[in-house]
Amino acid sequence: MAEASLKELVSLEKYLGLKKTNKYSTQGERKVPVLQTKDGQNIVGLVTIACHLVKAAKQEQLLGRTREESAVVQQWLEYRIVQLGAPGAKEEGRSTLRDLNGYLEDKVYFGGDFLSLADILMYYGLHSYMVDLTVQDREKFVNVSRWFSHIQQLPNVQQHLPRVHIMKNRIYTNVH
Amino acid sequence: MRLYVSEGNPQCLKVLAAYELSGAQCEVEVVSHEECIVPFLGHSKLPALLLDNGNFLFSSNVICRYYLTSGGDEASTAVDQWLEWETLDLQPVALHALRLAVLQDKKSEALESLQPSLSYIERSLQKTGKTFLTSDEPSAADVVLWGTLYPLLAEPILLTAVDFKALTAWFQRVGSFPACKKASDGTFKGHGLQSLKSYLQRQPTNSTQATRATTNDPTVDDGDERLLTDEEIQAAVQAWSKGLAACPKPRQIVHPILPQQGERNVLITSALPYVNNVPHLGNIIGCVLSADVFARFCRLRNWNTLFVCGTDEYGTATETKAMEEGLTPQEICDKYNAIHSQIYRWFGTSFDYFGRTTTEKQTEIAQDIFWRLLKRGFLLEDTVEQLHCQRCAKFLADRFVEGICPFCSYPEARGDQCDKCGKLINAVELKNPQCKVCKETPAVRTSKHLFLDLPKLEGRLEEWLETTLEKGNWTPNARFITRSWIRDGLKPRCITRDLKWGTPVPLEEFANKVFYVWFDAPIGYLSITANYTDQWEKWWKNPDKVQLYNFMAKDNVPFHSVVFPCSLLGAEDNYTLVNHLIATEYLNYEDGKFSKSRGVGVFGDMAKDTGIPADIWRFYLLFIRPEGQDSAFCWSDLLLKNNSELLNNLGNFVNRAGMFVSKFFEGRVPTMELNQEDQRLLALTTWELRQYLQLLEKVRIRDALRCILNISRHGNQYIQLNEPWKRLKGSDTDRSRAATVTGVAINMACLLSVMLQPYMPTVSATIQEQLQAPPLCNVLTEEFVCVLPAGHKIGTISPLFQKLEVEQVEALRQRFGGQKPDKAAEKQEATTTTTILQDVQELAKAVAQQGDKVRQLKALGTEKAVVNSEVARLLELKKALQEAQGKPPVQKEKKK
Repeated sequence: MAEASLKELVSLEKYLGLKKTNKYSTQGERKVPVLQTKDGQNIVGLVTIACHLVKAAKQEQLLGRTREESAVVQQWLEYRIVQLGAPGAKEEGRSTLRDLNGYLEDKVYFGGDFLSLADILMYYGLHSYMVDLTVQDREKFVNVSRWFSHIQQLPNVQQHLPRVHIMKNRIYTNVH
Repeated sequence: MRLYVSEGNPQCLKVLAAYELSGAQCEVEVVSHEECIVPFLGHSKLPALLLDNGNFLFSSNVICRYYLTSGGDEASTAVDQWLEWETLDLQPVALHALRLAVLQDKKSEALESLQPSLSYIERSLQKTGKTFLTSDEPSAADVVLWGTLYPLLAEPILLTAVDFKALTAWFQRVGSFPACKKASDGTFKGHGLQSLKSYLQRQPTNSTQATRATTNDPTVDDGDERLLTDEEIQAAVQAWSKGLAACPKPRQIVHPILPQQGERNVLITSALPYVNNVPHLGNIIGCVLSADVFARFCRLRNWNTLFVCGTDEYGTATETKAMEEGLTPQEICDKYNAIHSQIYRWFGTSFDYFGRTTTEKQTEIAQDIFWRLLKRGFLLEDTVEQLHCQRCAKFLADRFVEGICPFCSYPEARGDQCDKCGKLINAVELKNPQCKVCKETPAVRTSKHLFLDLPKLEGRLEEWLETTLEKGNWTPNARFITRSWIRDGLKPRCITRDLKWGTPVPLEEFANKVFYVWFDAPIGYLSITANYTDQWEKWWKNPDKVQLYNFMAKDNVPFHSVVFPCSLLGAEDNYTLVNHLIATEYLNYEDGKFSKSRGVGVFGDMAKDTGIPADIWRFYLLFIRPEGQDSAFCWSDLLLKNNSELLNNLGNFVNRAGMFVSKFFEGRVPTMELNQEDQRLLALTTWELRQYLQLLEKVRIRDALRCILNISRHGNQYIQLNEPWKRLKGSDTDRSRAATVTGVAINMACLLSVMLQPYMPTVSATIQEQLQAPPLCNVLTEEFVCVLPAGHKIGTISPLFQKLEVEQVEALRQRFGGQKPDKAAEKQEATTTTTILQDVQELAKAVAQQGDKVRQLKALGTEKAVVNSEVARLLELKKALQEAQGKPPVQKEKKK
């Protein structure tokens, strides 16, 4: 878990085009990621660090362009760490996927019509769920799969994770 | 915009406060807890905010942040960080605490579980010195944390039970915003915590969250990943090389121990055990053993320490017991005082004096305090209706009467309580009362009694408590119980009894009466000290120079924190009052309670017969000490802790270190040349040592024990990683490395022997004998010093602990399980077989899981030391499984 979140942050750095690599460690029982800044400050927590990196890369549009948009982005960032990060979260995986599938029915991205940090972190968080899914299930959660396939094809997002193959043609048409 | 909330939902509090604070305009709709407002979520999630663009926000923190960040103004990283911490750390803990407080009425436990989180906030506030969490202006972080803590801290008694100054000030500052006031009034509607009940009952219990909540501590890092600064490492290396000569010498103890000018004078009392029975393990850990650990620790710190205790011997219960056994009360006291002394001696308690309350000094001091109270007008006279038996010619104590219960008509109700319906009874209300001794019907007569005027002393008590609670080290339960007593208002309390066996009341008109035991017993601390030394007043009338620690179980708190201090304050003789009150929760036995009458549980005198050494009992009882919450004695857990923590961790480390010295270096500590890894280990050990000192100073006995085990864990890893037995066969550099590792390890073992002394005095002495450690090393300082220099000759090394076998412990469990009626005997046997079967299944499952873990670790290429320790665990489990299945274990010599 700890390793995964640190890798995730390093991948995010590369995606954002940040040059110098920051110093990371973890703390506590939950192995919360910690970023040590140049001036000796500690920034603690996955989402907090991710937002900090986005601002450092001057790509604030990834956090939403208006107050409403940024609230929605924050909503999904929190969802990522609460719903997908908690111990035992995977047991509830199917109901999580069902909820997300409903949400994404009329959306291209988590923020609606713009790519945001929420998409990137949700992508990292959902990757292991998608790997575990059968082809049939990937088709069942069709909106999640479409979104996932779209995000992993964006340049520089995929990074440390293997590509999950998602078929474009439906083979279990009777499901729907 | 439309905000959806539900009533009595603690999550809605902060949202409503943020909404009020922002001055935004939106409709607020109150819906039921189950309503699914957010269309794409398969379950109800409240509060929820419908934005104008049709999107839903369904997290209370995000809604707060939305309300409180004006257009485009991005929240700072500091706010982000607080909100993330609140979401992942504080919320689960707070929910767990709310459950405890509201659904189980365990407020002090709730508060205890919240302590680590509160202290994290306190430290952060102190560190920044700002008015609010992130700056001098309030932010979403302040509203969010305030909202989460409000239900838990808002009741005045709860907040005052917390001694965090900066936190308290911050909490009240945020709470005083009109917006927050309005939101809290609206949520609680004057019903307090109970208004949250229906919401909490609907929340699923998440066991992982609950366990995380109890162990969660944001400040305690994993030892391995602890960041050590270069300064820390340098300081540790310097301290190490100082050697024993530069350390303070252990204090010589000369009796009588008396307070000394300019020194730290510590007076320790353990609640006086009542003489009419044999103490059980719960009694022993609750006061005597806890006090003993602390007393031993104080002596190791070179503080001037006096530790007294004794048996509490007066009262009705002694009279009853005497009648049962056909002895006089004095004979009963003599008999049981001897039993108690023997038991405590066997457990290795280090009383400076163990006395009793039936002495002349007791009469002298109790009557002196009485006269002083009387002369100063703190005693009241009143009449009380009581049952009097003519044939026995005495007033009957509640326990001496039986009759028909006025509530449920149970024919054998006792004078104080009905065993059937459990209601408390006033003896005069019993129908057809009978004297338990002669079966005569007693008559109601009035009897004159004296009362201590507590309401008159309340002012002084509160004044004293205010400063004492602020400076002193009181366990949360002690603070809580004390506060609630005072909140409920003090009433005059009767201090006399119509009894013979007690300290006589020195007034003619009260000739046949004695002092009630709660007035009399705490005076025992003074009289016992007076029997130890004539100069007892130097301890007990010297509040400026003496720090008094009282140890007890929580049921004794009010007598030590309210009633007895009132007696002493009223007597106006400059008495030393309690500074630190340490109360434990209860220890249960397996799944139930200890019961002498049903023969359930282990009692002090039986512990010896189990064949398990006293130090193992001490270790296990202290390991599960009911600190903060009730705990349970469990045989299988005793076996597990003995075999894993003592045998495999501590014993294994000390034994290996010693064996290396005697086998490879002819019994002489080899020369050490420290490299970076060794230096880090010294710093790490120093860190644990300091942690241990801090925890014990705060009387967190159970937690401090973990530090000892951590040091030996570090030691085991260190040996495992460096493999001195292999390097010995290698090059010169390898051999010198083996020497250094062995030398450092043997010195760690020596440090452990000192740190272990309060917990396991015999084992500590055994280690020191095996190492031939100089007696001068028995002082605890903040530094880890090389006490066994190169060339030091050690003694004969032998194993410290014995393995406990499953059959052995199972037999003990059955022996102490209580006598069941014969009919149930067969059934009992059947259930034992099923427990064994369950054990087998569980073990098989554990073996499978552990196997997976090892394979996974190997596949990931994890460090060898880690893999090895997991493999060792796997082998242990396999062995246990074979044993449980009745197969002979595969014998295998342990590799050295």
